[in-house]
Amino acid sequence: MTPRTSPEVGGMGHSVKRKEDPRFLRGQGNYVDDVVLPDMLYLDIVRSPYAHAKITNIDTSKALAIPGVAAVITGKDLAQYNLHWMPTLMSDTQMVLPVEKVMYQAQEVAAVLATSRYVAADGVDAVEIDYDPLPVVVDPKKALLPDAPVLRTDKEGKKDNHIWHWEWGDKAATDKTFQEAEVTVQEDIYIPRIHVSSIETCGCVAHFNKVTGKLTVWMTTQAPHAIRTVFALVAGHVGLAEHKIQIISPDIGGGFGGKVPVYPGYVIAVAASVLTGKPVKWIEDRMENLQADSFARDYHISAELAGKKDGTITGLRIKTIADHGYTDAAANPSKFPAGLFHICTGSYDLKAAHVEVDGAYTNKPPGGIAYRCSFRVTEAVHTIERIADVMAHEIGMDPAEFRFKNFIKPEQFPYKSALGWEYDSGNYAAALKLAMERIEYDELRKEQAEKRARGELTGIGISSFTEIVGAGPSKHFDILGLKMFDSAEIRVHPTGKVIARFGTKSQGQGHETTYAQIIAEELGFPVADIAVEEGDTDTAPYGLGTYASRSTPVAGAACAMAARKIRDKARKIAAYLLEAHEDDLEWEPGKFFVKGSPDRAKTIQEISLAAYTNHPPGVEAGLEAVDYYDPPNLTYPFGSYICVVDIDKGTGEVKIRRFVAVDDCGNIINPMIVEGQIHGGLTMGLAPAMYEEIQYDESGNNLNGSFMNYLLPTAVETPKWETDKTCTPSPHHPLGAKGVGESATVGAPAAIVNAVVDAMWHLGVRHIDIPITPAKVWKLLRENGVSE
Amino acid sequence: MIPRSFEYSAPGTLDEAVALLQKLGSDAKILSGGQSLIPMMKLRLASPPHIVDINRIPGLDYITEKDGFLRIGALVRESDLERSELVRSRFPILVDTTSVIADPLVRNQATVCGNLAHGDPANDHPATMLALGAIVVAVGPRGERDVPVENFFPALFTTALEADEILREIKIPIPPPSTGGAYLKLERKVGDYATAGVAVQITLNNSGACTAAAGIGLTNVGFTPIKAVKAEAFVKGKQLDQAAVKQASEIAAGESHPVDDIRGPADYKRDLVRVLTARAIVRALERVKGGV
Ligand SMILES: Cc1cc2nc3c(=O)[nH]c(=O)nc-3n(C[C@H](O)[C@H](O)[C@H](O)COP(=O)(O)OP(=O)(O)OC[C@H]3O[C@@H](n4cnc5c(N)ncnc54)[C@H](O)[C@@H]3O)c2cc1C
Repeated sequence: MTPRTSPEVGGMGHSVKRKEDPRFLRGQGNYVDDVVLPDMLYLDIVRSPYAHAKITNIDTSKALAIPGVAAVITGKDLAQYNLHWMPTLMSDTQMVLPVEKVMYQAQEVAAVLATSRYVAADGVDAVEIDYDPLPVVVDPKKALLPDAPVLRTDKEGKKDNHIWHWEWGDKAATDKTFQEAEVTVQEDIYIPRIHVSSIETCGCVAHFNKVTGKLTVWMTTQAPHAIRTVFALVAGHVGLAEHKIQIISPDIGGGFGGKVPVYPGYVIAVAASVLTGKPVKWIEDRMENLQADSFARDYHISAELAGKKDGTITGLRIKTIADHGYTDAAANPSKFPAGLFHICTGSYDLKAAHVEVDGAYTNKPPGGIAYRCSFRVTEAVHTIERIADVMAHEIGMDPAEFRFKNFIKPEQFPYKSALGWEYDSGNYAAALKLAMERIEYDELRKEQAEKRARGELTGIGISSFTEIVGAGPSKHFDILGLKMFDSAEIRVHPTGKVIARFGTKSQGQGHETTYAQIIAEELGFPVADIAVEEGDTDTAPYGLGTYASRSTPVAGAACAMAARKIRDKARKIAAYLLEAHEDDLEWEPGKFFVKGSPDRAKTIQEISLAAYTNHPPGVEAGLEAVDYYDPPNLTYPFGSYICVVDIDKGTGEVKIRRFVAVDDCGNIINPMIVEGQIHGGLTMGLAPAMYEEIQYDESGNNLNGSFMNYLLPTAVETPKWETDKTCTPSPHHPLGAKGVGESATVGAPAAIVNAVVDAMWHLGVRHIDIPITPAKVWKLLRENGVSE
Repeated sequence: MIPRSFEYSAPGTLDEAVALLQKLGSDAKILSGGQSLIPMMKLRLASPPHIVDINRIPGLDYITEKDGFLRIGALVRESDLERSELVRSRFPILVDTTSVIADPLVRNQATVCGNLAHGDPANDHPATMLALGAIVVAVGPRGERDVPVENFFPALFTTALEADEILREIKIPIPPPSTGGAYLKLERKVGDYATAGVAVQITLNNSGACTAAAGIGLTNVGFTPIKAVKAEAFVKGKQLDQAAVKQASEIAAGESHPVDDIRGPADYKRDLVRVLTARAIVRALERVKGGV
């Protein structure tokens, strides 16, 4: 797309340098831990060594004797105010601090307030707690067996560890496709528990002003407005009201879904500040963040595909057990306990599908958050892309040909999927074709055959994913009843400078640049003249926040709509100034002119000034607009990724030789930012595919609660990403844009697994669960008689 | 991630340091690179009441060749080893080793001597030093003594050093001509400790057979660094053809005592020792012939 604006204006299609970067690159960002207030107390948390245990005694005397320790807060203290439990976003309940028992290792048990961070840590060490260990349930499948110990004894009448059953699709029609199928395949696929591991851990500074009664909380949150409402609802009974709560989400060092939930630490800090009247800072360390904050994924999936011998897929059947830890603290739209998992028919045109998910309680940290993914889309994509590959191999068809055969065709859009989604637009074959050209697919297949003849192992894997992002239309999408619209407020000042505020919150995505470019595109103000603000509930319009790739699809749309409202008013002012009729004016980015006489023009800057100095009679002064955008549909970005791997037969190491990623996110606002998102996303897809998994032993001990054993890939592990794009605009989004922040994380893992399995299918290997570690590959090789 | 409080001293000479250690006894811990000690203190796995920082002692950062030995002083950093021309030209096995330890940031601080003094079987230098037949020079109130590295690691996280001794220097015999060595390590990601590592040092005689100087050391496949003495004995006097390499690697694997852990099951690690030993011997032989 050739840009409609000049590089100086910097509208859509320009790789404008990120406006936020100078402050980050110079170390001048302002993160929560940079907030320092006079008289501030520091909070540190005592955590449980047990995964399941009764608390028999808490002795705080030694801690309180340490000079500088101001207080030790326990569950009993909070219980006096009925603040020891809180609701989760999924309307389950979660302990702030326990009174009776702990439910997972590293759970918060007590909190120490001290005059310095160091003294607080000593205080934590000195709190003495006695526990009576209880039987631990780690495996969600065992948790659902009839004789499993019931974990949620706090829930009256609860007799098992089953949280909910959810199903979707036409079961009878799906079963019929399996009865009539010529070929069926089945695979158990585990998508392990992982952690977002943002570079900034979670934390807050809570400041309750006893005189004004106002609570200000600087907080690592992706959704400040929703958090304010939750605080008001949960703590209304102790006097906090929404107009007296200010949530400030300053610069955020990565969120990835992990900064959507309300963690106990935030609530304790707020309670501590209300009780003491002093500002209280709580900042997790890395190990607390890894061991206690919400996890992602943890889906035990059984997937079946039905089809014909010619490669046509007809039906998909999925059963899943979702391990939620001890409470369902996922952050899904309320109506969808398994998120948007029912996008699992993917890029393929198939007649029938049926999905069942059962949630289970275990003695693990709560969660089920959407880690760089629009509510379980990653799980869905992984499942369909894996099982499709299994079927292709099973019938001896090239996985690319298999995909071409089953893709939804461009002319079928808008496409109604078997599970009820309406895909807005797509051209899946074009993306796969381009990826195949870029990687020289046919040559690679030849090379692979030659190598195989020599006993060498090379594999080629494809993932042709479809995403579903931009939640979402108010008819179906809400969180705790709050509809999932989002908002923009644009104020144009007399000298033609702009401040725009949004209900979303960037955590590194570059909103300050992207939103400015949308305004530049719609109104012609140079990007340099536009300041974008987010994250302060006292100033920004209400919105549901940034996650699930929703900022551009929802708040970006609100931005365009608000800008268009301003343009409508600007037209009136221009008509008045030019003494012309509104209908006789034509717009080009930055000015209105009289049709046929381009010299008779008023620039947007002249109009801005007039809005405050010479506004037309009968028209309000000023030039500003607000828009709350309720999207008519979701957007469906897609892409095709191809990965080539070589396997070391001696050590089991997998080397990614090449990885080509073709993405289609519709019209692009800033190509550089999009490419950056894809590079980062691919690396975050590589991570679970090859390295990351939170592991527990049978007693519920976390086995890799630090970066020593929870393996984040670095630049050294990361292959050279080769990116490309196609462009299929969204027909319903005002800018034709779709959202791209998560595509790569969602699509990449399947391409990697498919490549590894492709390298070993001839040996009898059908599937490998991620992460693909050398030890796992080594075992498969040796089991199948391959060695060095 | 916050240590308990501790006292701190920074003596200016070795004598002062030794005197302090003698006075403080088991209350004291030496701080050199701090890359093992400080993380342990931050995790409160170690809480020494007194830190004796030896970094201010001048004259301990030498890498020299003297009296038939390569000598590495107590304050030589891993990155110094990487950059030393002497080491690069004569001891490529040491460059192999240091370059797979941690990451450049850690290597700028971590000392080679500290890597031995820490007594961690997961550290990489012990295996290499075993293969090279190195000698540890310890200085204490009773003077100086030499400890052959094969006697330096009696048990897990334990060394032959007394609480009041400082590891002052590592001495490595200058190898005769026709010598080659290599260190190979499998790690889960960069900066990780070894899933398994193998160091091989080989000298060939005029007829191309392996001399008695052969050394093979194993990393992180037992409670201490392992000197694969049976494999060493096997290669002595042998022409290292494919069959001999295969057999030697199998013997070395048999000498490892790995356990199941998060890095993988024991049988996997044992097989890695086999694979890495064979590859390290081949690489060492290439280096005998002048390869890199
Ligand atoms: C992220 C990370 C990754 C790492 N990865 C690896 C790796 O892959 N392989 C590897 O081998 N190592 C690794 N290390 C460890 C690193 O190499 C250590 O620094 C080294 O093991 C110890 O050296 P140091 O100089 O830092 O010792 P310190 O941490 O200062 O001391 C370690 C111990 O040795 C004692 N000590 C130190 N120097 C002396 C001395 N001269 N005399 C007597 N006692 C002494 C100290 O009292 C202490 O008990 C890693 C470290 C980090 C932080």
